[in-house]
Amino acid sequence: MFEIVEREEMAQGTIISNWVRAPKIAQKAKPGQFVILRANETGERIPLTMADTDPERGLINVIYAVVGKSTALFKTLKVGDSYLDVIGPLGQPTHLEKVGKVVCVGGGTGIAVLHPITRGLKQLGNHVIAIIGARTKDLLILEDKMRAASHELHICTDDGTYGHKGFVTDVLKKVLTENKDIGLAVCIGPVPMMKFCSQMTKEFGVKTLVSLNPIMLDGTGMCGCCRVQVGGRMQFACVDGPEFDGHAVDFDELTLRLRSYLPEEKLSYDRFKASLGQGCSCKS
Amino acid sequence: MSEEVKAPKKEKIPRQKMPEQDSQVRRRNFDEVPLGYTPELAMKEAERCIQCKDPRCVQGCPVEIDIPGFIKFIKEGDFEAAIRRLWEKNSLPAVCGRVCPQEIQCEGLCILGKKDEPVAIGNLERFAADYQRLHGRDILPPKAEPTGKKVAVVGSGPAGLTVAGDLILKGHEVTIFEALHAPGGVLIYGIPEFRLPKEIVAHECRYLERLGVKIEVNAVIGRSETVDELLERFDAVFLGVGAGLPMFLNIPGEHYIGVYSANEYLTRSNLMRAYDFPNYDTPLVRGKNVATFGGGNVAMDAARTALRMGAEHSYIIYRRSHAEMPARAAEIHHAEEEGVEFLFLTNPVRFLGNEDGYLTGVECLRMELGEPDASGRRRPVPIPGSEFLVEIDTAVIAIGSGANPLLTKSTPGLALNKWGYIIADPKTGKTMKPRVWAGGDIVTGAATVILAMGAGRLASNSIHDFLTYGW
Repeated sequence: MFEIVEREEMAQGTIISNWVRAPKIAQKAKPGQFVILRANETGERIPLTMADTDPERGLINVIYAVVGKSTALFKTLKVGDSYLDVIGPLGQPTHLEKVGKVVCVGGGTGIAVLHPITRGLKQLGNHVIAIIGARTKDLLILEDKMRAASHELHICTDDGTYGHKGFVTDVLKKVLTENKDIGLAVCIGPVPMMKFCSQMTKEFGVKTLVSLNPIMLDGTGMCGCCRVQVGGRMQFACVDGPEFDGHAVDFDELTLRLRSYLPEEKLSYDRFKASLGQGCSCKS
Repeated sequence: MSEEVKAPKKEKIPRQKMPEQDSQVRRRNFDEVPLGYTPELAMKEAERCIQCKDPRCVQGCPVEIDIPGFIKFIKEGDFEAAIRRLWEKNSLPAVCGRVCPQEIQCEGLCILGKKDEPVAIGNLERFAADYQRLHGRDILPPKAEPTGKKVAVVGSGPAGLTVAGDLILKGHEVTIFEALHAPGGVLIYGIPEFRLPKEIVAHECRYLERLGVKIEVNAVIGRSETVDELLERFDAVFLGVGAGLPMFLNIPGEHYIGVYSANEYLTRSNLMRAYDFPNYDTPLVRGKNVATFGGGNVAMDAARTALRMGAEHSYIIYRRSHAEMPARAAEIHHAEEEGVEFLFLTNPVRFLGNEDGYLTGVECLRMELGEPDASGRRRPVPIPGSEFLVEIDTAVIAIGSGANPLLTKSTPGLALNKWGYIIADPKTGKTMKPRVWAGGDIVTGAATVILAMGAGRLASNSIHDFLTYGW
C-alpha cells in the first residue's frame, strides 16, 4: 500500500497533487520517468509522469487532471488513504545536458512534468526560458515553481485573463525569433500543443523533446498498447519513451489512438458520478 | 502353468471422460470448460493404470513426477498421499493438470496408448490438486533445515514459481520479484479464466507463501532495482521473466482502434478483468467481428475470449493449413466446438479503417503450400491476385512474442543470442554471468508452461548444488 501523505487541489479542484510514500521509487526515479498507479482491486493501471521526488522522505509527487472515472476515483483519496499499487520508476529518464540556451514549454498538467526537467536544465548551467499556459488564469498551475526553475518565465492564457492572450505557440515563435542561439526545446502538454510547438521549432531548426501520454497497460513493453510512430518506426512509449523527438512523432496517430475507448470512458465516468451522487457523505 | 489358475480376465475400463460445460453455453461465459472428475470417476480412471515397473510416462514429464505412484494412491482413495507425491516434484499440479500438453508428454508415452487410449494422467493430476484445494486438510510438504542462503527469483511465471517451490523446500530463503501487481506471470495475464481459473493460480501462489516464499509484486527488475543490486543482497538470482515483447504483423493500419497484440487483448481480459467492465474499470473493445491472426494456443485463447466478449463471428486467420497449426489438438477442438471460424491459407496484407480511426476490415491474400521451410513445415506462398476483404472491427495479433529487453539491457555480463534471448546452459540454466541462472521463455523463446517449469527444475537443482557445494 502506498500512502498519500500530502494532497493539494489546484486549478479549482480540476487538478490534484499527491505526495505518495514510495521509498524505493523515490530513491531511483529521475526526471522524465513515470509510475503506474492503481487505486483499488477493480481499478485501472494509470500511468503518470512524476512531477517531483523527495528521496530523503521516501516520497514521490504525482499531479493529475481529473478527466475520467479513474482520476475521479483518485481524487476521492484523502491524506492517509493509500494507492493499492504504485509501480516504477518506468520509462527512460530525460537526457539532461548543458546546451547553452533552452526553451521549456508547458501546458495544463504538462507543466507538472516539465518542472523537474526545467529545474534540471537550469542546474546544469543552461539559460532557461520557460513558457507556460492554460485556458484561463484559474487553471494555471506551478507558476512559482516554474519561475524559480527558469531565468525568464512567460505566461499565456487562451482567454487573456493572465499574461499573454493566446497560445503558447505565439510566445514560442517570438522567443525563437529573438533567441537564435536556442539549442533545445522541451514541450510537454496536450497533444495539439506539442504538435504545433514541434512544427514551429522545426521551422527554426531547434531540436525538440516531447513527452507522450498514450494509453498504457503494463508499462514494461509487454503489450504494445502504447505504440507510437516515431520517424516511421513503431516505438513503445513505456520503454522507448515517454520522451521522443517532437519532429519525428506522428501526433495524428497518437490523437487517434487516445480516442480508443471514448464510449467506454464516458459510460464508466457517468456511472461513477451517479454512484457518488447516491453515496453522498454530506450529512445536511 | 495350467489354464485354470489364470486370473479371470478383468473387464476393460474405458478412459473416463471429464465432464465439460456444453459448448453452446460455455461460448458465452468465462467459467472453466472442463468440470473436473468426481472422486468416483478419478478412482475408476486410476484403476486403468497398469503400474508399469519401468514407467515410460515419467520419461515424458519434464519435471519427472512419479506418475504411477500418485495414480496408485488415487486408485486406493488416499487423495492426500497422492497430492504429497505430486508435490515432491511439482509445486503447481492444479496448473499442470490443466495446461500441460499431456498428449505429447506423459500420456503420449503411456503404454496403454499403443492399443487403446492412454491413462488420463493430466485429468488425474488436476483431480488430486483440486481435491486437496477444496476438501484437503491443511498440510504442507516437509522442508529442509534453513541453510541461510538467499535466492532472488525474477518473474513469477511457471519457471519462477517452480524454482521458488523447489528451493524453499531445500531450506533456502526465496524472494520472488514480479513486475505486475499480481503473481503468476502468463498464468495470470495470458491464459484465460475459462482454461485456468485465476483463483487456482492465486491458490498455488498462496501455497508457496505458506511454505515461506516471499512474493514482491510491482517490482520491475531492470528499473526499480537491477540484477547487480539483487546480487548484493542474494546469493543467487534466477531470471524467469518470460518473452514478453509483442510481435506485430508490420502491415499498414496496425494503429487503428481495435487492433491489439494478443498480449494486450488477453492482459486486459484476464489480469484486468475487462470482460467484467464496467464493474472493473479497464475496458476492451467488444468486437462483433473479430479476427485473430496465428495458429498457436494463444490464438485459440484470444479467439475463444472474443466469443465470450459477445462476438458474432470470431475468425482465426492462419497462413498455413489446419495440419500446421502449432496449438494443442484439444484447444483447436474446443475452439471449433464453440464456433470459432477458421480461415486457413490466408495472409493479411493491410488493415482498413474509417475516418474516425476505427478498424473496419482486413485485406487478405490466399496462400498455397509450397516446399518445406527450415521448420520442416511447408512454406505458404501467396496466390497472385487472390486479394479479398474480411470485414472486422477487432483484430488480435497472436503470431508470437520476442525477447523483452527491459531486464537484459540493464544487466551487464549476460550473454544474449541474436534474437535477444539469454544464453544459458540447457542442462543447468547457468548464464554467462556468475551467480545468475535463467530459464523459460527468456531463454528458449515462447514455449509452453511445462517446458518453462522443466527449465526451472534444472536451474533449481543447479542453484541448490551451487549453494550447497559451491559449484
